[in-house]
Amino acid sequence: MNVTMGGTEAFTRMLVDPKLRAPSRQCGQAPPRWLALGRALPGRARLPLGAAGFLLMIAVYAWLPDRDGARAAIVPTLASIGRAMADALVAKELWIDVQHSFLRVTAGFAAAAILAVPLGVLAGAFRSIAALLEPPTEFLRYVPVPALIPLVMIVAGIGEGAKVLLVFLGTFFQLLLMTADEVRRVPAPLLHVSRSLGANRREIVWRVLTPAALPGIWSALRMCNGWAWSYVVVAELVAATEGLGFRILRFYRFLQTPSIYAYLLVLGLLGLGLDWVFRATSRRLFRWTPGGGA
Amino acid sequence: MKLSLRDVGKSYSGRGGATNALAPLDMDVREGEFISLLGPSGCGNSTLRHCVAGLEPATAGAVARDGERVLGPGAEIGLMFQQQTLFPWLSVRENVRFPLTLARNRARAPGGARDRQAARVESLLRLVGLWDFRDGYPAELSGGMQQRAVLARALVVQPEVLLMDEPFGALDAQTREQMQELLLHLIQHHRITTLFVTHDVDEALLLADRIVVFSERPGRVLATLDVTFARAARSSELKLDEAFLHQKREIMALLRGRPRSETQRDRLLFGLTNTQLEQGEGGS
Repeated sequence: MNVTMGGTEAFTRMLVDPKLRAPSRQCGQAPPRWLALGRALPGRARLPLGAAGFLLMIAVYAWLPDRDGARAAIVPTLASIGRAMADALVAKELWIDVQHSFLRVTAGFAAAAILAVPLGVLAGAFRSIAALLEPPTEFLRYVPVPALIPLVMIVAGIGEGAKVLLVFLGTFFQLLLMTADEVRRVPAPLLHVSRSLGANRREIVWRVLTPAALPGIWSALRMCNGWAWSYVVVAELVAATEGLGFRILRFYRFLQTPSIYAYLLVLGLLGLGLDWVFRATSRRLFRWTPGGGA
Repeated sequence: MKLSLRDVGKSYSGRGGATNALAPLDMDVREGEFISLLGPSGCGNSTLRHCVAGLEPATAGAVARDGERVLGPGAEIGLMFQQQTLFPWLSVRENVRFPLTLARNRARAPGGARDRQAARVESLLRLVGLWDFRDGYPAELSGGMQQRAVLARALVVQPEVLLMDEPFGALDAQTREQMQELLLHLIQHHRITTLFVTHDVDEALLLADRIVVFSERPGRVLATLDVTFARAARSSELKLDEAFLHQKREIMALLRGRPRSETQRDRLLFGLTNTQLEQGEGGS
């Protein structure tokens, strides 16, 4: 008993007496803000850090290649990529390509969204509709989109319609399922209360479930828009007379590697820009969410 | 009778056979009466709430309101839960106005009533003390404020019965007390028939005209007690009153599964006489 008591006392003394305590590393000091856990980064730190990320990527690239000799065609110098970029910006082609790809993506994606979101809401709201729509949708969504290209060409030819259709097929099924999931995630008490306040079924679906699920649906749209760009490029690689994907294939045929890089940069920047638009709209539309829609 | 429950029972069928959530229950609620349903969690209180609201059919018996069988939920029964149920995308004022914009309630009070609606929303928001926060979103409010907004929204359609399932259960003690006072104030001015589910003996005693004490699962009524404190005397102060404490002790003994007679028998076994017992009670 005595021994234990002595042990406890020593332990307590060690906790209290700073001289006996094991040296710890400045435990009283808060870590710098950019390393703090669970805290928002100050807005002005965001841009420099993002720019640094890009610079790092460019630095790694610049450090990579053997700048002269045969490998110039594989990993061209930054200067030649810059020159190709400048040429592309001056030439009409780039703008025509961007315009075509953009219109194809937007047409297919908008059609998919207009149909899939309401259907997804219904599937999320009514078990019977979910049971009807979801199994075939799940099946179709696992068919890889590139595998559909030959069939799409047989059905819709090689014109604009084919590319739009491919984008539509690539995003419609995903969107439907993601929307239904978001609607099912709306808390049940919200439904109970709506019913007890006198809402009928239609009002519950469109005035309660839909707005409640809308932030989630919006981020599903944002993701699907990204995928839509992959599908359009795949479609253009196969058969097109303009568009970003088509042009990249052309550059490949003439071994204009710097131009390929320039176009990839354009694709990346387009994606970044669209993503920003989706996020900014979300912040504006969904100020009411606890995170302020961000 | 405002509400009458006849042999209302509920069992769920699951993997392990049927689970009995609520033993058949008979209960009558008078117009304007405030009833607290008190019991340990999982005693079937919430199941009863669902059956009365018409959200879930009872597996036995029937619930009737004004002699008519309750078949589905409607604006006649207002609901309030422990979780706040405001629509997060609407401002506080839009939340309170929401029920008035539903087709069914527009049909009940038709014609050029826009101004009257706005006035009604305003008076309720003032009543619950949220007028200054009318344009805020629910996420910007504290828990107590959110529940006050829920209360205003429930009252805007003038429900005939208010069903509250531990509405203050998630609030801190002080906010809870404020909400109880607000509810007392409301009851005094508009007598609404209320069923109030709670685990808190103090809360049940403070608010109710009658307390129905439930046993653990499957919920069975242990006792029905009348609470006779004058409405005017009801405030947080009452909780310290001798008579209040006496009744509280009685209920707690019930909830512990030891009816008063048993407690007395125990004490007799320990060599206390009835007189000693009463003296002891007076002294404590």
